[in-house]
Amino acid sequence: MKNTVILGALTIAGLSAGAAAAGTLDDVKARGKLNCGVTTGLVGFAAPNASGEWEGFDVAVCRAVAAAVLGDSNAVEFVPTTGKTRFTALASGEIDMLARNTTWTFSRDVDLKFEFTGVNYYDGQGFMVPKELGVSSAKELDGATVCIQTGTTTELNLADFFRSNNISYEPVPIETNAEAQQQYLAGACDVYTTDASGLAATRATFESPDAHTLLPEIISKEPLGPLVRHGDHAWGDVVRWTLNALISAEELGVTSANIGEMAAGTTNPEINRLLGSEGTLGEMLGLSADWGKNAIAAGGNYGEVFADNIGEATPIGLARGLNAQWTKGGLLYSPPFR
Amino acid sequence: MSTLTDPPQEQFRLSMLVNDTRYRSLTFQAIAALVLALAIWYLGNNLIQNLRAAGLNISYNFLGDRSGYDIAQRLIDYDSQSSHARAAVVGILNTLLVAFLACITATIFGVVAGVLRLSNNWLVSKLMAVYVEIFRNIPVLIWIIIIFTIMTAVMPGPREFRGDDPSASMLFDLFAFTNRGVYTPMPVFTSGLFASTALNWLLVLAVLVGSFFVMRQVNANATRKQEETGIRPNTLLISLAVWIVPVVALMLIMGLTWEVPELKGFNFKGGIKIGGPLIALWFALSIYTGAFIAENVRAGIQAISKGQTEAAAALGLRPGRIMNLVVLPQALRVIIPPLISNFLNITKNSSLAIAVGYADITATLGGVTLNQTGRAIECVLLMMLFYLTASLLISMVMNVYNASVKLKER
Repeated sequence: MKNTVILGALTIAGLSAGAAAAGTLDDVKARGKLNCGVTTGLVGFAAPNASGEWEGFDVAVCRAVAAAVLGDSNAVEFVPTTGKTRFTALASGEIDMLARNTTWTFSRDVDLKFEFTGVNYYDGQGFMVPKELGVSSAKELDGATVCIQTGTTTELNLADFFRSNNISYEPVPIETNAEAQQQYLAGACDVYTTDASGLAATRATFESPDAHTLLPEIISKEPLGPLVRHGDHAWGDVVRWTLNALISAEELGVTSANIGEMAAGTTNPEINRLLGSEGTLGEMLGLSADWGKNAIAAGGNYGEVFADNIGEATPIGLARGLNAQWTKGGLLYSPPFR
Repeated sequence: MSTLTDPPQEQFRLSMLVNDTRYRSLTFQAIAALVLALAIWYLGNNLIQNLRAAGLNISYNFLGDRSGYDIAQRLIDYDSQSSHARAAVVGILNTLLVAFLACITATIFGVVAGVLRLSNNWLVSKLMAVYVEIFRNIPVLIWIIIIFTIMTAVMPGPREFRGDDPSASMLFDLFAFTNRGVYTPMPVFTSGLFASTALNWLLVLAVLVGSFFVMRQVNANATRKQEETGIRPNTLLISLAVWIVPVVALMLIMGLTWEVPELKGFNFKGGIKIGGPLIALWFALSIYTGAFIAENVRAGIQAISKGQTEAAAALGLRPGRIMNLVVLPQALRVIIPPLISNFLNITKNSSLAIAVGYADITATLGGVTLNQTGRAIECVLLMMLFYLTASLLISMVMNVYNASVKLKER
């Protein structure tokens, strides 16, 4: 390890990719704090609230993992990352996990040596335009100026979409969502494109959200999920099964309201295994027996997290859609806790 | 005279490496070199081992792959089907473009501000002092962002030019100033001698170079005549004719017309677009570095002893000519060396383009390409190589110029 510290200090960032090999779980436990990479601010997904505390849909994943590992959902150090800095931050070991609406792609998984631990939001890339432009389809956007977050898969999808429809556009590359919002509202670009959930979240913060419309086209599959470094499977398992615990909890009807009662023991053995009153699942992960209970108690089950942060009752107002449980026609399907 | 005897042939002993002053320095240098080599070997080996442990290998094959992203500001043909290497070239050209433009304008700003700062007019000199102090004491990144933000927030968007009673209108119906950039008319040849636009422009350039050499001849003739007769012939008409007639004739032959930008769809089409990011970066680098150059110029001028100015005044030269003919030529040898540093700074500071989305090499190769391929080490090494080469080339050119203006001692 010492070698890599010296190397990291002397060479450019990213060289020390091999630094954090195994043992992230032990590192987190020893540190007593989880370093979790999030966005630089996307309301509903990850943004500091009025009192400076991070909250949101992605933040809830970080908090659940912290609760599962350390028993304290506040033991998280949130590290804001941009589309460009996120992978370097994760590869260099600056953060233990990344929960930043990051699309699971082949090359990121295989070539960049990361491990996606599941999908917490099934998304797709959309377009937002001001209503006054009178555009009703993305195919009418010939010649438009498009604001695009650089270093994302959306950048590549955008090029492919316009190319395959044989229409032209002018890209305006920007770094963060806040910057994009400013450029878009100033009219420096006609269109803002990113994941549809991000567009909805951004639009919710506008002064007059009604003046802007999301075009019907969804031009890509964007399965967003938390990811960790490749090679540290013990840690990957912790993050994967924490996410699965939240999803299973919703399926099994475990909520933050009834969790205390259910943790005492129920007639359903799967709930008992999930909450630790039966079996040794926690021990197998290298965690305490009540890890699942802690993770779910942190912010509720998946459905509660969704409803609290981005659901239809919030200003962002996203419907469950693809993100409903498989039993309700969605894609959420957690492997069994057995 | 006694015969000279050879000094006694001393046997070389190992201890002499440390004790003998003749060898001691060599010993220590050898040790230092060894330690340095070991350190480099250790770091290099460490890097390779760690990369191997992480399953990474250094490879530049990704440069030939399809890039998949588009770039708005480009000087050569490029689209998302082009390779990463071509995207890097687009970035390099953009870096060179903004560095070149900024070097020229920064020099102009700097010379004007530096000379005016020494003005006898209290108001003018204090204004220039304020300019210098404000602009060189605030980081250039902040200037870039300020200018870009002002541009996008204050200038009208293209859609404000639309409608029967638009809130914005084009200047003389030729120039459009929008928050996306400035659109100007573009000269187009309708019946060019070559099919390629670039070749037609090269032809124009060739004619201009020809005019330049003819003018040199004309001036040399005038100087010779002046030396022979004491009267310099008036060359104004001839020089105007030499400069203008061939170029205008060529352009008429090639059917020069102007393509005026026009609002079509979402944006202005046609004409030349100077993008907002380029303007913000160019202007910010110019005013920022101009403030430093102004101080260099002031230092250079003040380095010329006052006696020179007084002597020139005694000969009856007017203040403007004293500056141009006596002071500045001597001041240049003081100004040029720090000017080289400023030019290098402009080139390197142009990498701040990332802040406003200008597609320079840091944004293409070091930004999107790096991010999409994950080849961080390779991309950063290439960027370092580029900046190093560019800086050394600028240094070389400026040093050659410096050699030509420095005080010739005979």
